[in-house]
Amino acid sequence: MKAGIKLSLSGRIGGVMVGVFILIGIIGPWIAPYDPELVNLEARFLPPSSEHWLGTDVNGIDTLSQLLWGARSALTISLTVVSVTSVIGVSVGTIAGWFRGATDEVLMRIVDVLMAFPGILLNIAVVATVAQPGLGVMIAALCANGWVSYARVARGEVLALREREYIHAAVAIGASHVRIMARHLVPNILGPAFVQMAFAFGAVIMIEATLSFLGLGPHLSYTWGAMLDQGTTFLWRPGFMHYTLLPGLAIMWVVLGANLLSDGLRDRFDPRHRGRQ
Amino acid sequence: MSIGSFLLRRLGSGALAILGVSILVFAFLHLVPGDPVDHLLGGEATADQRKKMEACMGLDLPAHEQFIRFLGHVADGSLGVQCPDPKGKPTVAARIAEVFPYTIQLAFAGMLVAIVLALPLGVIAAVRRGTWVDTLATATSLSVIGMPMMLLAPVLLLVFFIWLGWSPGPTETGLGALVLPAIAVGVHLMAMLARMTRSSMIEVLSEDYVRTARAKGLPEGRVLIGHALRNALLPVITVAGLQFGSLLSGAIVIEKVFARPGLGLTLLEAINERNYSVVQGTVLVIAVIYVAVNTLVDLAYGLADPRIRRG
Repeated sequence: MKAGIKLSLSGRIGGVMVGVFILIGIIGPWIAPYDPELVNLEARFLPPSSEHWLGTDVNGIDTLSQLLWGARSALTISLTVVSVTSVIGVSVGTIAGWFRGATDEVLMRIVDVLMAFPGILLNIAVVATVAQPGLGVMIAALCANGWVSYARVARGEVLALREREYIHAAVAIGASHVRIMARHLVPNILGPAFVQMAFAFGAVIMIEATLSFLGLGPHLSYTWGAMLDQGTTFLWRPGFMHYTLLPGLAIMWVVLGANLLSDGLRDRFDPRHRGRQ
Repeated sequence: MSIGSFLLRRLGSGALAILGVSILVFAFLHLVPGDPVDHLLGGEATADQRKKMEACMGLDLPAHEQFIRFLGHVADGSLGVQCPDPKGKPTVAARIAEVFPYTIQLAFAGMLVAIVLALPLGVIAAVRRGTWVDTLATATSLSVIGMPMMLLAPVLLLVFFIWLGWSPGPTETGLGALVLPAIAVGVHLMAMLARMTRSSMIEVLSEDYVRTARAKGLPEGRVLIGHALRNALLPVITVAGLQFGSLLSGAIVIEKVFARPGLGLTLLEAINERNYSVVQGTVLVIAVIYVAVNTLVDLAYGLADPRIRRG
């Protein structure tokens, strides 16, 4: 299947951008020159030098090391959230579309309610009720409503697929519900799910950074959102602008890459969209 | 579907969404592990203090009575009392009403910025389709969509306030102080609308009535604005309306950066104070505005275009 995926130029650029981020997220902590939480109050606000390539922050922590560890943290959260939400969402959507009736009605009303107001508000509300939000709480908050868009799209696809002859044939030879869903429906709706996953990969990182920026993330000083928070706090400080720019541009890099990749995948899986955007 | 049943259906789903939101908002306080009283008073509170706090928050009642109490507070418009000090402070609604106008002002200003910038950008990109102008406009939109508000807002503040001194400082609330926050909050929507305007215009420009307008010798400007843009505008305006709620949630970040009073800043303060009734109230207010605006836009769109009603 992989050999069959031919992406547009912008889609491939997006793929490379995401790939670079994933690579840095994996190897970042190994190549980071310092401990990203090592406080050294004698080295506060150092400008870039050969010892600290990107300078240090308010606590004397090496900025480059923070960025690299921040990539790891963003990658961990995004991969986890995207995997969990896509599995839940595609399953819920497939079940709703296949069984229809009351099951469908109940599941889709839940989806409607979750989609009826801004997702980040729900994330904030979940995180806010916990005294010490850690990585787990953040991931749970992002998963709480992250699955709904997968569910809605998957349901629509299944509703169209269930009238196809090969599905009728599977029913006729007595295949079980689980078998039909797992072997015949899900594999055929993965295309749109990939498009959503690529988009969500960037979106999750943006939301996670926003929550950390608002002081609602895990208590880590090196997440990109927390760095932006510190950069904004010390905005007036001359020569500290890079501390806002670098994590901001890093987030932009990932989101842009993920969006380009997602657009490219959509053109590939849904030719109707080709060239319209 | 008749207009009557269409209206009923849309209003019904709006009401359902608001009920669902109320239940969710209520549930947060009760489903998550940990005791809110502990959060508020710390571990060393005396039993007497704890009792008072529980009574104030209504935590001594069974869950269904608590929910009824919560709905009662929603219905009477007070949205509950502020528990650490119910007598000294006004109701949750009073605290929200104080900052509410600032956020609405910001959201409307952001919407204005988005529409005013997006339409020309989108039209030019559509007319000059495939040229470097189009590529530039698309690239700009794409990068802006990927740009976190937490980057854009501080950079705007740095350049126009700290360096150039053109903008009044944050924490001021005059019209001039609204400009930077409005740009920061509206620019995402601007990028989105510009892309929509472009694709919508490209579609419309190939319609027969545009060719007819050109054939009868209308000046190109009038063809573009009077015939093409007018018809291309409907989906763009709809999306703009549906995104009003996202401006409200975007305002949380912007209000923090600019230290601007508003719903978002109040929400963050309430979270830090562990003042759950205010957290609930703020979330509920934002959610209700969001649902209400979406329902209104849906209704207006359905009334304007009969094809929607049938779907």
